[in-house]
Amino acid sequence: MSVQAGADRRQHSRAGVAGWLQNYGVYLAVVVLLLFNVIFTENFLSVANFRTQLVQAAPVCIVALGMALVIGTEGIDLSVGSVMSVAAALIPLYLGAGPVTAIVVALIAGVVSGLFSGFLVAQLGIQPIIATLALLVGGRGLALVIAHGRLEQLHNADFLALGTGDVLGIPVMVLVAAVLAVLAGLLVRRTTFGRHLVAVGGNRPAATLAGLPVKRVLIGVYVISGALAAIAGVLSTARLSASDPNELGLLMELSAITAVVVGGTPLTGGRVRVLGTVFGALLMQLVHATLIKHNLPDSAAQMVQAAIIVVAVYVARERSTR
Amino acid sequence: MTATTAAPSERGASVAAVLQRQGAAVVLVLGLVVSWFAFPHFGSPDNLRSLVLQGSFLAVIALGMTFVIISGGIDLSVGSVYALGGVLAAYGSRYGLIVAILLPLVVCGLIGLVNGLLIARTRMAPFIVTLASLLFARGLLLALTDEGATTYKVPPGSAFLWLGQGTIFGVGVPVYLALILFGLGGVLLRRTRFGQSVFAIGGSEQSALLMGLPVARTKVTLYTLSGALAGLAGVLTAAYLQSGVTVLGVGTELDAISVVVIGGTLLTGGAGTIIGTLVGVLLKTLIQNVINQVGTLDSNYQTVVSGAFLLVVVVIQRLLARSRKS
Repeated sequence: MSVQAGADRRQHSRAGVAGWLQNYGVYLAVVVLLLFNVIFTENFLSVANFRTQLVQAAPVCIVALGMALVIGTEGIDLSVGSVMSVAAALIPLYLGAGPVTAIVVALIAGVVSGLFSGFLVAQLGIQPIIATLALLVGGRGLALVIAHGRLEQLHNADFLALGTGDVLGIPVMVLVAAVLAVLAGLLVRRTTFGRHLVAVGGNRPAATLAGLPVKRVLIGVYVISGALAAIAGVLSTARLSASDPNELGLLMELSAITAVVVGGTPLTGGRVRVLGTVFGALLMQLVHATLIKHNLPDSAAQMVQAAIIVVAVYVARERSTR
Repeated sequence: MTATTAAPSERGASVAAVLQRQGAAVVLVLGLVVSWFAFPHFGSPDNLRSLVLQGSFLAVIALGMTFVIISGGIDLSVGSVYALGGVLAAYGSRYGLIVAILLPLVVCGLIGLVNGLLIARTRMAPFIVTLASLLFARGLLLALTDEGATTYKVPPGSAFLWLGQGTIFGVGVPVYLALILFGLGGVLLRRTRFGQSVFAIGGSEQSALLMGLPVARTKVTLYTLSGALAGLAGVLTAAYLQSGVTVLGVGTELDAISVVVIGGTLLTGGAGTIIGTLVGVLLKTLIQNVINQVGTLDSNYQTVVSGAFLLVVVVIQRLLARSRKS
C-alpha cells in the first residue's frame, strides 16, 4: 500500500521543470557554484582548498545524514547540537584512559540521547519538535555542568589525528563522512529498516495497520541521529584540539535541517535523499566559502543562506502540501 | 472537538483536564511558597521586583508565540528578531523617542509580515519559513553592527530609557506594559472574530476554510503580530540595558516555545490560554531566580532544570490527554 504510494509520488514529482529542479536542483547548484568559483575565485583550484572545503562540510554532513533519516519519518531532531557538546564535554574526562575509551563513552552518550528522544516520540507519542527541544535546552546545560563550563585544550596526539590526520591522502573526517554517507544510503535503499522507515514517514496509520514495527523504527532513527551527532562532536573536538561545550554544535540543528531540506528530502516524511543531503551540506559550505572569499561578510552569508532555504522549500512545496 | 464531551468517568476526566490546564499554576504557587520560606532573600521586595521585570521581556515575546502556536504554527525567528529590535532601538534612539520605538516595530513587523505571507500564500511549513527568517534577521543584525563589532548606545538622559528603567510605584515600566499587552491579547483571543479564527485554524484548517474564515489573512496578521511583539521586547530590553546587545536572543525562541507549552497551550494547535503563558513565564523566571539564590549551585544547572522541567510538563500533559481519551 504505502510502497505503492511512494512509487506514485516519485513519478508525480518527476513531472515538469519544478519536479526536475526539486530532484536535481541541489546537484546543479553545486556544479554552478563550483564553476563560478573556478572562474572567478583566486586560488580556488587547489588541492589544499578542496581539502579545507570538504573538512569543513564534514561535521554538518554527518549530522545531516541522521537528520535526513529522522525527517524521513516525519520527525525532527533539534537536539543534535547539544548532543555534540555533550560528546565533546566527555572527551577530556576519559582521554586519560585512551582515545578509544573516550570515543566509546562519547558515542554511548549519543546513543543514550537518541534512545531518550526516541522513547519520548515513539512510546509516549510526544511531538518530535518538543521531545528534542527539551534535550536541546537541557543537553547543553548538562555538557556545561560536565565540563564545569570550561574550554579544555587537548594534547593526546592519537586523538587529535582524527581531526587533522590523513588516510591515503584523504582527511580522516572526510573519509568518515563518506563512509557514513554510503552506509546511510545502503540503510535506506537495501535494508528492511530503510523500507519501514520510508513507510512510517509516508503514512504512519497505514504502516501501523500493516503491522510494521513503527515504534522500533522511530526509536532507531533517533538513536542513529544521536550517534551521528556524537561522532560529529568527537571529530570537531579533535579538529579544534579543544573540547568547547559552550560553542560546539551551536545552531547545528539549523544547518543540518537546511542541508537535508535543500537536498530534496521533504519535511513531510516518506522519502530520504541521502546523496542530496550530502550535496546539501556541500552546497551550504560552498555558499559560505564563496561569500567569504569574495570578501562578503558573515552577515551577507547568513542572509543568502536564508534565501536559499526559502527557494529550496518553495521548489519542493508542491509535494509537501499534498 | 476532541473528547471534551461525554467521557465515561466524567469526574476523573475533569480533574485531569483541570490539572492539564492549571498544572503549571499549581507548581508555580508551590514553588513561590517553598522559595519564600527556603531562601531568606527571596521574599524581599527587591528580589520580587527584579523577578517580574526579568520575566516581562520574555512575556512579550511569548504572547505573540502563544497566538502563533494556537493557530497550529510556530515562529522560530523571534529570538533573532528580538535581538534585531534591540539593536534598531538603540540605533534609533539618537534620533529621538519616536524613531527608537517605531523603527524596530516596523522592521520587525515587516519580517513577521513576510513570514506570514510566505506561510499563508505559498503554504510552506511555518517551521522552515521562520527558520530562514531567523538566519535573515541575524544576518541583518550583523550587517547593521559591522559584523557585531559595533554596539549602539542609547544617549544618556534620553527619554527612551524610561521605557526600560522607569518605575511606577516601584515596579518597572516593562512589567506594566507586559500586563497591558496580555490584557489586550486576552480580549483579542477570546472576544473577537480574529481570535475565533485563530482557534478554528488551529483546530482544523480545512474546516476553517470551509467555514469561510479568512485563513490566509488571519495567518498573516498572526506572524506580523509575533514579529512586532518580539521587536517590542527588543525595544524594552535596549531601554533597560541602555544599548543594543548583539549577542542577545540566541535560543530565545526555544524559551518562548517552552513557556507557552508549559502554560498548557498545545503545540498541535487549537487550544491554549494567554494566562497560561503568563504562568509559564513566571515559572521559568522563578526557576532561574531560585537557582541564583542557591549560590553554590552551578548556574549551568539552570538549563538542565529548564529542559527537565519542560519535559516533565509535556509528559504529564501527554499522559493526562491520553487518559482522558481512553
